[in-house]
Amino acid sequence: MTVAAEERELRDDELNGLELSARLRSIWQTPSGLLGALTSVDHKVVGRRYIVTAFAFLLLGGLLAILMRIQLAGPEKTFLSADKYNQIFTMHGSTMMFLFAVPVMEAFAVYLVPLMVGTRNIAFPRLNAFSYWMFLFGGCFLWISFALNVGPDVGWFAYVPLSSLQYTPTKRPDVWAQMITFTEVAALAVAVEIVVTVFKLRAPGMTLDRIPLFVWAMLVTSFLVMFAMPSIMVASTSLILDRLVNTRFYDSSSGGHPLLWQHLFWFFGHPEVYIIFIPGTGMVSAILATFARRPVIGYPVVILSLIATGFLSFGLWVHHMFVTGLPQLGAGLFTASSMLIAVPSGLQIFCWLATLWDGRPVYRTPLLFVIGFIVIFVLGGLSGVMVASVPIDTQVHDTYFVVAHFHYVLIGGAVFPLIGAVYYWFPKITGRMLSERLGRWNFWLAFVGFNVAFFPMHILGLIGMPRRVYTYTADMDWAHLNLLSSGGAVIFALSFVLLLVNVIMSLRSGTLAGDNPWNASTLEWATSSPPPPQNFDRIPVVKHRDPLWLDNASLPVVAGLSVERREMLVTSLAEAEPQIREASPEPSIWPLLTAIATSVFFIGSIFTPWAVLWGTPPMAVTLIGWFWPSGSKEDEE
Amino acid sequence: MRHTIVRNVAELPTYGYGPRSGPWWGAMGFMALEGMGFAIAIGAYLYLYAVNPSWPIGAAPPDLWPGTAETVIYLLSIIPNQMTNRAAHRQDLAKVRTGLIVMSLIGIGLLVLRGFEFAHLNTRWDNSAYGSIVWLILGLHTTHLATDVGDTVVLTVLMFTRHARPRRFSDVTDNVFYWNFVVLAWLPLYVLLDWVPRL
Ligand code: HEM
Ligand SMILES: [Cu+2]
Repeated sequence: MTVAAEERELRDDELNGLELSARLRSIWQTPSGLLGALTSVDHKVVGRRYIVTAFAFLLLGGLLAILMRIQLAGPEKTFLSADKYNQIFTMHGSTMMFLFAVPVMEAFAVYLVPLMVGTRNIAFPRLNAFSYWMFLFGGCFLWISFALNVGPDVGWFAYVPLSSLQYTPTKRPDVWAQMITFTEVAALAVAVEIVVTVFKLRAPGMTLDRIPLFVWAMLVTSFLVMFAMPSIMVASTSLILDRLVNTRFYDSSSGGHPLLWQHLFWFFGHPEVYIIFIPGTGMVSAILATFARRPVIGYPVVILSLIATGFLSFGLWVHHMFVTGLPQLGAGLFTASSMLIAVPSGLQIFCWLATLWDGRPVYRTPLLFVIGFIVIFVLGGLSGVMVASVPIDTQVHDTYFVVAHFHYVLIGGAVFPLIGAVYYWFPKITGRMLSERLGRWNFWLAFVGFNVAFFPMHILGLIGMPRRVYTYTADMDWAHLNLLSSGGAVIFALSFVLLLVNVIMSLRSGTLAGDNPWNASTLEWATSSPPPPQNFDRIPVVKHRDPLWLDNASLPVVAGLSVERREMLVTSLAEAEPQIREASPEPSIWPLLTAIATSVFFIGSIFTPWAVLWGTPPMAVTLIGWFWPSGSKEDEE
Repeated sequence: MRHTIVRNVAELPTYGYGPRSGPWWGAMGFMALEGMGFAIAIGAYLYLYAVNPSWPIGAAPPDLWPGTAETVIYLLSIIPNQMTNRAAHRQDLAKVRTGLIVMSLIGIGLLVLRGFEFAHLNTRWDNSAYGSIVWLILGLHTTHLATDVGDTVVLTVLMFTRHARPRRFSDVTDNVFYWNFVVLAWLPLYVLLDWVPRL
């Protein structure tokens, strides 16, 4: 760019107040209309869609859970056939894990991380849009298949040889495997975006030890995604190949090995639990600081625990395979490491309790959910330490004890913080508060319903009820506890209905939130609710770990960015020193077209290997369209 | 909130090279996860190797010449690659264009050789688990290679259009960086595919 051109460009230090806002808004806005909606690259638009879609899948997965609980409420019920039940528990597990829990956490990160680090958009916004479309198409693919009676029925971990062609000669396992590919592509894309956003787009002065804990949690999670998900992609690809072109990965008559599947799956599957849980802890830390009215005690301890948990989570996968006949030493080692991982989680819990203790807690709904989380998660951790020991696991493996355990950690560790997060950030995202009165009902219904639904499952497991059975006979004496559990499940489901009602009512007529209704300390509260398309009129400068508690009336900012085109500030990795004024991409239809081409390729390739040939050119064309400069000012620097 | 301007960044450049720039870290991220994919595939290979009493299963080891020829070319390709890198840092458009053309040709040449390598594996994917994993690993790396070559070709064309603006030099250096990774990823795979079955 020539000096003359540079001088002509208007910068944000020459404008003020409303005029500055209006100009930036017109540059950063998503175009209106359908085309606008399809081309949006605004992290808030994409994040909101991601959140809503993930919750839609929670609703669907939850409906399936209720169907299962109806079927199991009494002995020898015929509400669901065995085949339907197989499909339903597989769909429930897969939907919850791959279409709800992981995506919803990433969705919150997509929305919040750029705001919390004080920038205007996520890194690689078009990749972000692409990620959302892939997630949406993958989810629809699974559910449409289910509607067509090709829903997977081999469990959420699709063990071979059951899922091999010989034992399941339908397309059902292929649907499962390819849904994995869709969602992993989506998750990997978001992971890279978050890492780069946190590394390079932080507001000046936000050194590593001033990064909000939620952002730290999402950073660690993103690394887990990057190192865990390739394993499941290798697994799902090899499974499809075995089924489509007769490769022999899992065929023991030709040198293949079924346990290879379990290793590949759990190398991903165990970290997966932490991919769901670590963001939950980030939410807890954010909420706790705000409502205890003091920073979380032991900030460095919490971060080190997060990182330690991340590392350790890759050394545990074999504990899912204790009953496969492992060498003694191996089993011992993995028992030890499984118990070890309780240590960093325990440390974090002590930090949170200390924070509550030392603070002046204000018991609003988000904090209630956090406390619910702590109680439930501790219980889940206890049963976890139990099943980490080989002799106990050998007894309760594949019983309802395990079903109880993982719902305690998944729902306690992730869903409770998540609902707390919904109450906490809803005002930022929509500009309106959720009703506190309904919120309290919501919490108590959820807390009581959850425990009534899942605690009896521990006992059911101990007295011998296996998981994945579609019914049982009356003489087993499992009927009462099952009925109790089903009743609890209904109460728990009602709590979500209440949440939905609360959301709908509050969207219409909730109290207006203002910028910072909770008087919180992090940067997302330094802008309006909902934030304008540019997030901040000027990029904040951070001088403290809790910037808004240091000074909540005036915000130190940098000036000198363009108000004629989309520009963001790139800063250095450790010290967040400003380095580059970098252009940020305009809206584009190409990510959607690329996602469509990729979907055609993926779905085609479970039917014929030739899809690799005819599916590649459209992908190449759309990718070139995506990366080819459009000739706009941003591109021609 | 009231704004207090405490700093002005108007003088900063609008693009940068290497770890200063966002896309470089993006490339790093994708290398990390692709590297992990290769590591997992290697793990699967070694697992199957460990559980089978004979290896390779019912086949001769792959013929050495295609893989070895590739390895030599990969290693030599670092030279023009680095030259392109230097030219991009100097923003020398003519040299960058030549460099990219050379790199595209090398890439296409390697893809052709890769075809021969598949033909000389001496096993099919459906022969045995050995054949399957060998085809999978080679297939993964071929996808990886083809993507990068496609990228290089597009970038080469781009540098001949009016879009060849200064910031594109940064893209060129990222492309160079990525090629180094393609080379690096190949070396362990070469040892694994061509030499481990000869142990
Ligand atoms: C309304 C709340 C829920 C209820 C009532 C519920 C109920 C159940 C039941 C009864 C099973 C066992 C099916 C069987 O083994 O026969 C099950 C399995 C499972 N659930 Fe849930 N669940 C709920 C929420 C969740 C959530 C939020 C998650 C994850 C975040 C989840 C993840 C799973 C997984 C992974 C399985 C294993 C599926 C399989 O065996 O393949 N569930 N659930
Ligand atoms: Cu585990």
